[in-house]
Amino acid sequence: MTTLLQQIANGLVQGATIGLIALGYTMVYGIIQLINFAHGEVFMVGTFGALAVYRWVLPESVQDQWYVALPLMLLGGIVVAVVVAVLMERFAYRPLRNAPRLAPLITALGVSVALQEVVRLWFPDAEAAQSFPRVFVDAQVDLGPVQISATGLLLIVVSVVLSVLLQTYVNRSRMGRAMRATSQDRDTARLMGVNPDRVIVLTFVLGAALAGVAGVLYGAHLNSVDTNDGFQTGIFAFTAAVLGGIGSLRGAVIGAFIIGLIKTLGGQYLPGGTQYDYVWIFVVLILVLVFRPQGLFGEAERVRA
Amino acid sequence: MSALLEVSELSVAYGAIEAVRSVSFVVEEGQIVCLIGANGAGKTTTLRTISGLLRPRAGDIRFDGESIAKAPAHLILGRGIAHSPEGRRVFARMTVEENLLLGAYTRRDESGVQQDMNRVFELFPVLGERRQQKAGLFSGGEQQMLAIGRAMMSRPRLLMLDEPSMGLSPIMTQRIFDTIRELQQGGTTILLVEQNALAALALSDRGYVVDLGQTTLEGPGHDLLADERVRAAYLGQG
Ligand SMILES: Nc1ncnc2c1ncn2[C@@H]1O[C@H](COP(=O)(O)OP(=O)(O)OP(=O)(O)O)[C@@H](O)[C@H]1O
Ligand SMILES: [Mg+2]
Repeated sequence: MTTLLQQIANGLVQGATIGLIALGYTMVYGIIQLINFAHGEVFMVGTFGALAVYRWVLPESVQDQWYVALPLMLLGGIVVAVVVAVLMERFAYRPLRNAPRLAPLITALGVSVALQEVVRLWFPDAEAAQSFPRVFVDAQVDLGPVQISATGLLLIVVSVVLSVLLQTYVNRSRMGRAMRATSQDRDTARLMGVNPDRVIVLTFVLGAALAGVAGVLYGAHLNSVDTNDGFQTGIFAFTAAVLGGIGSLRGAVIGAFIIGLIKTLGGQYLPGGTQYDYVWIFVVLILVLVFRPQGLFGEAERVRA
Repeated sequence: MSALLEVSELSVAYGAIEAVRSVSFVVEEGQIVCLIGANGAGKTTTLRTISGLLRPRAGDIRFDGESIAKAPAHLILGRGIAHSPEGRRVFARMTVEENLLLGAYTRRDESGVQQDMNRVFELFPVLGERRQQKAGLFSGGEQQMLAIGRAMMSRPRLLMLDEPSMGLSPIMTQRIFDTIRELQQGGTTILLVEQNALAALALSDRGYVVDLGQTTLEGPGHDLLADERVRAAYLGQG
């Protein structure tokens, strides 16, 4: 019983991370119908951006004061993630806006590989996994029979709060309205005075900021980061977005928690253990695509038309 | 009176297909002007080009004395031209209110926007009663009202309406035409594209016939109504 609860807690931490990334997949898809396979790399560069801030910007005296270090590392991670995403949109995807859909998809895979290699080769020592500072309160929190790291708990809270804020923004604000209009009918949105380029950049910025936050907190949670973390976590996030119904914000978050739970519970209870987590997740994905191709929340509450 | 909109020798192509070859017309401030013509004549293409959604291959579009032929679509509304597109194109997954707010997207005067929204609700009470409902749930006629209301929300100087009566009952069509007249009396200049040539010409100060991508005949609405060639081709009377 304790093991079960513990694995649920671990699953929620994983789900929180995956959810922050899945939101970016689903938003970009909602606006330009592109599966941005390089989005996992945005998460990864966020992690390394924060690591760079820790190593080369923070004076040693504040490195262990989390209330100074964490905000600055988050800022660094977000800035790097956003800059990378904006450049990616501007130079890789925008020129292909009117090309056949396969072209930007293949480009996204290329961008993904390129970013991984750039960080692996140019970030000092990044050819091997790097240790990432704990930063946040280095404690285990007891929740009844379950233990969860303070960073893990923070990750869950931040993920849920940011998802709610994002949905409120998209559903209530003027720019959110412009985003939904662009996703439903881009030409008619232009007739309303909406500049689609601005909306698309904003979409990439929001998705990247969330992925950046996830990257920093996840690094702090695991204490270890690697240049191919983005690719792996990105695959889970993409699956979560499809499971939830691509285009749906709520679906992405709920899909992510489901994926997180399948990952940890499957690793614990299903034959093959953690070696097989990809297998179980893709089995679920295939079942969803066969029996409910629009995903759990497709159609109902989507960003796109 | 001065020319508010002047389209001269406009030519527009979709790839190799030349949809508009030579369209020229003038809309004077305060007038209702209509473009009539058969299916595929190039009327919608002309309006979409004025709105910046398509680029002219040749010719010019001048609004208020300035060329807007190269202006990007999202800046056209700010110049004072609103466009209610063919087929209504309401944002189906958004509420009536959200659709109207999008019509006022470029405006920052909240109280004015609220006032104009109330004006739309006065004009089309059904929209006001169901303002929180998704536009996709409405009938064709109601969506048409919403599309027109949405275009009014920017307080345009020129309102372009592409087939506002399409798919509507005769009663509903009459309502829409009455509304167009009211809008004109309120000072809005109107460029109307209609299949319903009889009603459109009766309402218009000036009409133009578009045929195979060219403006062929023009004149005051009532003169065109009486014109033998127009009657034969577009009014089903020979
Ligand atoms: N997206 C497009 N791609 C290629 N050709 C097009 C496109 N849209 C319209 N056309 C062609 O351009 C010509 C003009 O079409 P347009 O829609 O402007 O005519 P219209 O006068 O508005 O007709 P209708 O009364 O049927 O609405 C037609 O021959 C049409 O087939
Ligand atoms: Mg048309």
